[in-house]
Amino acid sequence: MEKKTYSNLVVSSAPHIVSNIDTTRIMAMVVMALIPSFLVSIYVFGARVISLTLVCVVSAVFFEWAYNKLMKKRQTVGDLSAIVTGVLIAFNVPAGLPYWIAVVGCFVAIIVVKQLYGGIGKNPVNPAITARIVLFISFATEMTTWPLPRMAADATSTATPLGILAEGGGELPNNMEMFLGFIGGSMGEVSAIALLIGGIFLIWKKVISPIIPCCFIGTVFVFAAIYYGVTGDGNALQMAIFHVLAGGVMLGAFFMATDYVTSPLLPMGKVIFGIGCGLITMLIRLWGQYPEGVSFSILIMNCLTPLINNFCQKRMYGGAKKNEK
Amino acid sequence: MSRKHLQSIHVSHYKHTAGCATEVMPVPDVVKISMSQHIGAPCKPLVKKGDYVKVGQLIGDVDAFVSAPIHSSVSGTVIALEEQRSAVGGNDTLVVIETDKKQEIYEGIKPPQVDDLAGFVKAIRDSGLVGLGGASFPTHIKFNPRNIDEVHTLIVNAAECEPFITSDHRLMLEDTEDLISGMQLAMKYIGLDEGFIGIEENKPDAIAHLDKALADKGITNIKTFKLQARYPKGAERVLVYEITGKTMNAGVLPADLGVILSNVTTFAKVGEYFRTGMPLVSKRMTVDGDAVAEPKNVIAPIGTMINDVIAFCGGYKQEPRKILMGGPMMGRAIFSDEMPIVKNNNAILAFSKEQSLVKEETACINCGRCHQACPFKLIPTALADAYERRDAQALSDLKVMQCMECGSCSYICPARRPLGFTNKLGKAVVKEAGIK
Repeated sequence: MEKKTYSNLVVSSAPHIVSNIDTTRIMAMVVMALIPSFLVSIYVFGARVISLTLVCVVSAVFFEWAYNKLMKKRQTVGDLSAIVTGVLIAFNVPAGLPYWIAVVGCFVAIIVVKQLYGGIGKNPVNPAITARIVLFISFATEMTTWPLPRMAADATSTATPLGILAEGGGELPNNMEMFLGFIGGSMGEVSAIALLIGGIFLIWKKVISPIIPCCFIGTVFVFAAIYYGVTGDGNALQMAIFHVLAGGVMLGAFFMATDYVTSPLLPMGKVIFGIGCGLITMLIRLWGQYPEGVSFSILIMNCLTPLINNFCQKRMYGGAKKNEK
Repeated sequence: MSRKHLQSIHVSHYKHTAGCATEVMPVPDVVKISMSQHIGAPCKPLVKKGDYVKVGQLIGDVDAFVSAPIHSSVSGTVIALEEQRSAVGGNDTLVVIETDKKQEIYEGIKPPQVDDLAGFVKAIRDSGLVGLGGASFPTHIKFNPRNIDEVHTLIVNAAECEPFITSDHRLMLEDTEDLISGMQLAMKYIGLDEGFIGIEENKPDAIAHLDKALADKGITNIKTFKLQARYPKGAERVLVYEITGKTMNAGVLPADLGVILSNVTTFAKVGEYFRTGMPLVSKRMTVDGDAVAEPKNVIAPIGTMINDVIAFCGGYKQEPRKILMGGPMMGRAIFSDEMPIVKNNNAILAFSKEQSLVKEETACINCGRCHQACPFKLIPTALADAYERRDAQALSDLKVMQCMECGSCSYICPARRPLGFTNKLGKAVVKEAGIK
């Protein structure tokens, strides 16, 4: 056999193979996990869910693309993270929100929160959560005009269950309605079952760790149970379930608080983070000015994440903690 | 026995050649035998141009503590002493021998007569044995630790956790007698009570075969030990933990924990040497990769050129862009296929263009997969940050020196960051700063 020599081979450091899970695939799985909630939302609020979500996704991707283009940075649209952000912003607003306000939200999320800090992986707080809060404060009326679920009869707008709870004067939906999602609220947060399916999918695929969702939801449940048990304002168990199903807890716990970039790295840190989110959520809901506190709680815990990371030192193989000698 | 496991990752096994019985390669026209095939001082050539050498003849040695002699793998005439850039950097002296294909055996070759530890250790040195799992540390030093009275357990590393490689697997099936007698000799002279052969459970036929061979011989103090088929169970410090439950820090020797540990091929070669007296002159290796026409297991004389080995395996079926000595997780990429086989080669893998490209690095998304993958629970992202700052103290505090460079973090990283390599650079920063 003729012998041929190759002496211009690629030399690189080991390992020479890599896992097939990359950032794009992780983001694609998150998008897939959001599909059940999207479908329920369409069923509950109608076709505007589709158009508003599209507007959010397209503008988020556009802002990401345009910023990279203008700043001559490497194009990161391909990692799909802008799509995730766009969908999450859509899920965090009412279905009737004017399109231009949604676009403003995407601008805040992608340009202000994400790209100005250095792009994916560098943002100190969750872009979608921050966008929701900015919109909520800036466009209070539009952001709290909740379109009626199609199941309800007359009237053009309704209140969210938490709104009813805070303002009084209405009848709370029963827990089954809330579990299925036939209630007023932000587009993607209404159906607990759909979000649960998506969340379990992500845990099963090892995209997210169950620690943050469990601690978050668990804290909300326990806190509510104790509060209503002590005050006797209602059936403690029923109200605890109500608080878990109402508002953004499910969406926040599975999809927003678990954002890798803005949550702690180590398991112990995740526990603190999840419990913190649950506590702040309940403090705002029960004593705060706003009926809902999930987005504020996640934002605050995002800000605390670097401290939590420093606080939780890991015991490594071979004994001593990181600062012991 | 420990039932606890260190963190590990699943890496596809790609053990295509597990069913390929080893083929002995014909002697090539020319071999180039490197004088530096072990950790420690390189050997000085004992032959000169024009000398006629025979199989098993000593052709390189040096009077240094950490070293191992080198023998001719062929019979033929020395035609040159060549300097070549080695795969690890630096220069290497190669003894180039034109073979006469007669494979005449050197006269002095006979099984060693040994009756105590000193004799055993000398025989091991004479055999030229080094750790054949990859580190190539001279075996005679490993077998004679300073706390010889305290060691009690023999561990044979047959995990073979690297993807693609099946040479140890084939050895367990094909050279069972030599393996067991090698273990028994080591246990007898070093004075060890029990022996374990750590094998990943993806090799059930090897485990069953060894269990049966041990039972047939009535040997009760040697047992097989089933390991999870996950990476990196064959790393020395991981293996010691899995089998004994003892934590082995970086810089600690297995002997400090009462363990003598070496690769399965090393023990089989001990058995073979005491049976035949033939020192380490040939090596079994897996030849695989998508650029190789006929992947198989081959026994080749040490010094055979890599392109000769690949020609024996049907040549390249497509142009190779990356060739590895060793497995894809820890193996070394070489720049040319004009390189000779050395003692610790257990695989030659040749990959085509699409499998050779280095994936583009993207931003860390803080997912924590690297930390979850690290057997020693290090935090590669934090280490990489500390390395970016060249912060030797932080690197040291984050235990960069514990890193064994298994590459699990780089493998698993969804952003394709070369975290394992960064740790290697980080270690250099710590060493330079002189932090203890």
